[in-house]
Amino acid sequence: MSIPRTIKEAAALIGKREASPVELAELFLERISSEDAKINSYITVWKEVALEAARKAEKEISKGNYLGPLHGVPIALKDIFVTKDSRTTCGSKMLRNFVSPYNSTVAEKLMANGSVVLGKNNMDEFAMGSSNETSYFGPVRNPWDTDRVPGGSSGGSAAATAANLCVASVGTDTGGSIRQPASLCGVVGMKPTYGRVSRYGMIAFASSLDQAGPLAKTVEDAAIILSSIAGHDPMDSTSVNLPTADYASALSADIKGLRVGIPKEYFISGMDPDVEKSIRKAIAELETLGAEIVEISLPHSPYAVSTYYIIAPSEASSNLARYDGVRYTYRCENAETLRDLFFRSRSEGFGDEVKRRIMLGTYALSTGYYDAYYLKAQQVRTLIIRDFDSAWEKVDVIASATSPETAFRIGEKADDPLKMYLSDILTIPCNIAGLPGISVPCGFSSEKLPIGLQIMGKPFDEQTVLNVAYAYEQSTKWYEKEIAPLG
Amino acid sequence: MKISKEDVLNTAELARLEFDDETLSKFTRQLGDILVHIDELAELDTKNVEPTSHVLELSIPFRKDEVNQVITAEDALRNAPSKENDFFTVPKVIEDQS
Repeated sequence: MSIPRTIKEAAALIGKREASPVELAELFLERISSEDAKINSYITVWKEVALEAARKAEKEISKGNYLGPLHGVPIALKDIFVTKDSRTTCGSKMLRNFVSPYNSTVAEKLMANGSVVLGKNNMDEFAMGSSNETSYFGPVRNPWDTDRVPGGSSGGSAAATAANLCVASVGTDTGGSIRQPASLCGVVGMKPTYGRVSRYGMIAFASSLDQAGPLAKTVEDAAIILSSIAGHDPMDSTSVNLPTADYASALSADIKGLRVGIPKEYFISGMDPDVEKSIRKAIAELETLGAEIVEISLPHSPYAVSTYYIIAPSEASSNLARYDGVRYTYRCENAETLRDLFFRSRSEGFGDEVKRRIMLGTYALSTGYYDAYYLKAQQVRTLIIRDFDSAWEKVDVIASATSPETAFRIGEKADDPLKMYLSDILTIPCNIAGLPGISVPCGFSSEKLPIGLQIMGKPFDEQTVLNVAYAYEQSTKWYEKEIAPLG
Repeated sequence: MKISKEDVLNTAELARLEFDDETLSKFTRQLGDILVHIDELAELDTKNVEPTSHVLELSIPFRKDEVNQVITAEDALRNAPSKENDFFTVPKVIEDQS
């Protein structure tokens, strides 16, 4: 038996009785124990829990209770989804020993569909970062070049998927945290429309922007996971009550006549020439496949990063006020007063990037600055949304690069937060407008580093986004041609 | 807008964070650089533009007031850094009057 790389392959092995869920779980657990030291993509490995889930899946399947394509398939979860079976750290010292009394809806749904969770993936602390260097549990390394970052904040999920230390994973995306690491690690990553997936039990960073989604080797696998986790949840009042679909069964590579918008503002100055070349080639490929290419303008997109770095830190400063050292977090030693306990627990429990964002948000919300910063950013948010609204009158999807660059070296931007923030310049607008977006591999740089093509779509039109990515993937098959050295 | 060390200290007080001198200088510089970049938003005319706080039109959902999911006191206290009986414990808040 060759090691399956996709959900589809794993499910086929199980279906043909060529591998049992327990054999698959053992195989991947062995791979993790021999390979993960090279990339540090897991914070917690669920050895016993995974084997127990695999035994249960095996029993159910042999009784004829087959639950679908995830049944018995080994996947992973970003350590931001709370789970009863182990600690959930969110990449922070603050939560290093935290064990949730309940499961997140995403984890609950994946388990209900019979998937075997191998463990919890490393991530930037509280999902704040674009390189996975801010994790309390150490940086994740890129499986294509271990001197380089995997992107972030779902860097562990992207690296583990690329290195095949899980067939797929689920991450979260607040400003590009699924799509940018997917691009840098050469895998597929999708952020669904805001409200499509429940945020219940997903540790909050910026509540009006956060959304969970799949990281996988193929578009079809991403669609399988999305179908599993999408849907209304009474436990999250921002999850929408709209019908979901079986996105994988409905996949179609026929994109003839579909209008693909190319925003001229997305070919930014300073973009890596290899990235630009690959993206132009990918656009030509979409045209060959029958799509109509339309140049469009999203005039306010150059302001998206500034807008985001007011809104996201403001929401974060409020969300992270709960980590006070009293109830379930790290607590400093020998606090003499309650004030001392608050200040020292927070100052010792959070890392620098989290503190920077709490500070930025607290400042933007404070008396005297609210109108100049927070209100202004909310107004520019409206302008960015209006840009997209007018674009949808002319096009069905929008295509661009996911990241203006390939994976950078570990440490390269660590001391320059502003430079790091600008890495998300092409992914942030999607979050600001709440739109679905996907990154699909579209080639390699001269240094043999992966490049990602981003497809953005109308609200709740995940299917068209997936179809365009699928059409491109099926005609290029980068995922088959090139496998990471550690994959 | 560049910010002063004093602004950073005041903000830290609001955020319940404290910094050593070196970090304070570093944060003053870094936060200043970020805010200078963000000042580009002032270029845009946003007069009469409604602010967006959320992309969805949210309404408050109602449900029957029935107990359906319970986290017990024991579960709630499981992660407590310090507890006594059914309570979280913290350093004394009220000063002795004596």
